[in-house]
Amino acid sequence: MAYNTDPSVAPRGTHTPHDVHAPHVPDHYHLSTLDQLESEAIYVLREVAAQFERPVMLFSGGKDSIVMSWLARKAFSPGKIPFPLMHIDTGHNFDETLEYRDWWMKEIAATLIVRTVQASIDSGRVREEEGINPSRNGLQTTTLLDAIGEFSFDCAMGGARRDEEKARAKERFFSFRDRFGQWDPKNQRPELWNLFNGLHRPGEHLRAFPISNWTELDVWQYIEREKIPIPSLYYTHEREVVRRDGVILALGPHNRLLPGETPERIPVRFRTIGDMTCTGATESTAAELSDIVNEVAATRVTERGGRADDKRSEAAMEDRKKQGYF
Amino acid sequence: MAPTHAEPATIVRERDLLRFTTAGSVDDGKSTLIGRLLFDSKQIFQDQMEQLETTSKLRGEENVNLALLTDGLRSEREQGITIDVAYRYFSTPTRKFIIADTPGHEQYTRNMVTGASTADLAIILIDARNGVLTQSRRHGIIASLLGIPHVVVCVNKMDLMDWSQARYEEIIHEYREFARKLNIHDLTFIPVSALMGDNVVDPSTNMPWYDGATLLHELENVTIAADRNLVDFRFPVQYVVRPHQDFRGFAGRIASGTIRVGEEITVLPSRRTSCVRGIHIHDDTPEEAWEGQSVVLTLDDEIDISRGDMIVRSRNVPEVQSEFDATLAWMDDRHELDTRRQYILQHTTRTTRATIDEIVYRLDVNTLHRSDAASLALNEIGRVKITTANPLFFDAYDRNRDTGGFVIIDPHDFRTVGAGMIRHASQGTMEALRRDERERRLAGASDTADAMSGSGTPAQPVSRNITRDPGLVGLEDRIARNGHRPVVLWFTGLSGAGKSTIAREVEKRLFDAGRQVTRLDGDNLRHGLSADLGFSRADRRENIRRVGQVARLLHDAGLIVLCTFVSPYREDRALVRALFPEGGFREIHVQVSLAEARRRDPKGLYARADAGEIAGFTGVHEPFEDPEAPDLTIDTDSQDVAAAVEAVLAMLSEG
Repeated sequence: MAYNTDPSVAPRGTHTPHDVHAPHVPDHYHLSTLDQLESEAIYVLREVAAQFERPVMLFSGGKDSIVMSWLARKAFSPGKIPFPLMHIDTGHNFDETLEYRDWWMKEIAATLIVRTVQASIDSGRVREEEGINPSRNGLQTTTLLDAIGEFSFDCAMGGARRDEEKARAKERFFSFRDRFGQWDPKNQRPELWNLFNGLHRPGEHLRAFPISNWTELDVWQYIEREKIPIPSLYYTHEREVVRRDGVILALGPHNRLLPGETPERIPVRFRTIGDMTCTGATESTAAELSDIVNEVAATRVTERGGRADDKRSEAAMEDRKKQGYF
Repeated sequence: MAPTHAEPATIVRERDLLRFTTAGSVDDGKSTLIGRLLFDSKQIFQDQMEQLETTSKLRGEENVNLALLTDGLRSEREQGITIDVAYRYFSTPTRKFIIADTPGHEQYTRNMVTGASTADLAIILIDARNGVLTQSRRHGIIASLLGIPHVVVCVNKMDLMDWSQARYEEIIHEYREFARKLNIHDLTFIPVSALMGDNVVDPSTNMPWYDGATLLHELENVTIAADRNLVDFRFPVQYVVRPHQDFRGFAGRIASGTIRVGEEITVLPSRRTSCVRGIHIHDDTPEEAWEGQSVVLTLDDEIDISRGDMIVRSRNVPEVQSEFDATLAWMDDRHELDTRRQYILQHTTRTTRATIDEIVYRLDVNTLHRSDAASLALNEIGRVKITTANPLFFDAYDRNRDTGGFVIIDPHDFRTVGAGMIRHASQGTMEALRRDERERRLAGASDTADAMSGSGTPAQPVSRNITRDPGLVGLEDRIARNGHRPVVLWFTGLSGAGKSTIAREVEKRLFDAGRQVTRLDGDNLRHGLSADLGFSRADRRENIRRVGQVARLLHDAGLIVLCTFVSPYREDRALVRALFPEGGFREIHVQVSLAEARRRDPKGLYARADAGEIAGFTGVHEPFEDPEAPDLTIDTDSQDVAAAVEAVLAMLSEG
């Protein structure tokens, strides 16, 4: 005897017919890693714009902040980016960085604010490091916090990525800072699903990191895909450098030879761009974006491996972040 | 151990993205496992390796300690434990992976919940020496509660158990038994040694008896595309883009479903309708967009829409409610949950005031045991009833993580203190909803009945003035006259399993034997008593509730009642069972493989479901939740009708 069907499930459906549990979703609905990362970053940027009264985007002229500003352009298109960008200028920047910065702001029709570490030094808020090649990297923190106070910014967006460094691996998309701008790694707000809690009391602010989930390779592949113009420093060029503690440093007015050192002139490019005194170059002949992507994919040293400021101690980054560093 | 030399990664531009979470304690070797995964897949850079070697040496350790790679914060390094969610990244030519690495101890339940919230897959570590411990169960329960679609259990430290297959089998048997109680759809086991690298990236030569995939292979090949909800279009509006008078766009990320230019939409809460004029992704204007994409939508009509509103397809609307039941994980280390306080609730792009009115029970995350509770403390999880100041537009979390999940925020200092998963709208609002639905129908509103009727079941009488009339004839009198006790036999199973066929035969045999017997059949009920119900989750629940009440009346009249209903939800069946005294309700699982049910398909229902003519069809669009402990299981793949009938009668005669 054959089994009959159960008539209790007579149909009366009105929903659009799709099969959620089908083993194969049409490729049509596929989102690649870059698509997903882009969509996520745009989502975060829009959350910032919607949840805060006075947000600001930090812009260093490095590739991460360039990508972030490009994403901001896309997020609010066809409207303008609804917040200013701000550059904390250490005074130790490469000339190329500043030229690019001013050109790029026009390209994406953004408003730029510049605040300088020099002004903080002149006003006595901070004191320059002693020694022959003082770094101003640590001094930026004060200038940044002062600027946040000056404009009453309630959210500062940064281009930090979690893959950069161990302490950043635990950073949230929305990262709470107390009245002193401090980060408390042991007491972070839990962040679930896509729900970002930006609520805060007066004087407190948040940092937001839209490209948290991107890796260095993702950033480069995205720059290549979107054809985003980047500063010439990222491409190979001949430069006067010195090798110091395993880091290749560019020579210039803020970075002079120490006794016993000999300069070299070699083809290099930069994997990150920051303060000249501590940003290391890598030997490279990468002249096209595709060369850079291939080089990054094949690389054996992390990009922060070229940064002298992280080498100071194993917990160097964590200490700086607690004080309010980017 | 020599430093690794990363080989050039193949540049594949259309890689997938898989997010997974790892839960485990330092003793399980979790950090070592992740370190091994990164190391063997050539993801560790030279400078990281040098730093590892230096640190390991300074700590007087003999081998390079792979765990140091992932233990991020200094205080953790000092204590040798992971205390927060840390995110790691690695990729292979086919996939990019985001690891949410979480600590495994009970005091870090909130971190595990956080890490699990976005995961496609969970890795649970079991130390082969210790077997299934309380915490192994806890990790499974959390993965189940957070709706992680895939769970991979790594039985680690197999090297310390002489690579014993027997030990491995013993552990996975025990874990499988336990996992039957959970809502895990895809459960995989792999024997590994994180320390030695066996079955992590490279297949083990020490365990030739294992012929399954390595962990990396599993991660690279698990199918995640099917986990996406491409049915229910849900678009929470994030931001309004209005550069000039001629452009008014609504920015957001599509939480689920797909949408095309020209389709009719409804805006919640206003219920205004319009059509999609354009889809914008910066300079692109595609014809269609789907789940996961951040887009800007423009509409044909000028409708007032702001952040927190939701755009949905007119014929598929989520629940719109301000009272609902949820599973809530409490995350606050300063204050316990206070049912008298107001909190802030954040859900999709909507934020509203809320109270947590009642704690239905507290769930022991180690045992699933339910207990009464007046409050929830840090790391405790419970079922609660919540009321919001403004209605939310939601789907059950099981169906849609993005529109089913929410967080609770302390209104005093704005810390995030809880995370919740909506189970369903609260009971008791059914009547109001039906009234609302009738009114809208009368007003000619579009047919949103199925989705809108979504609500709960009034298990309690609406009026407190109703009391039962006991009458003059008692059940014992009826039993004495009939010569047998009443009982409800509840046949549950997929359409086409054979429930009705078996029940008809059983009814005939009992009747011939002089028993008082009757049969409640889904189709008959649907024509009369439940003619007003559809097949949404809420309507199915209400249908089963009505059937349960009818069965109860017949039971109390002394009859043997045969009920044949697909009744796919465990929870619904449990509510019916609760109506009857011990032994008065027997659940019979009429089991059949989906393939066989499809093959039988005598009324062509599966074919029609596949063709899209029927929505929400169990087995095709909706899950069937197997009974946890049925009184009888009949496998109609292998048993014929005669044997099935004998099995039912045998169960009855055994009492």
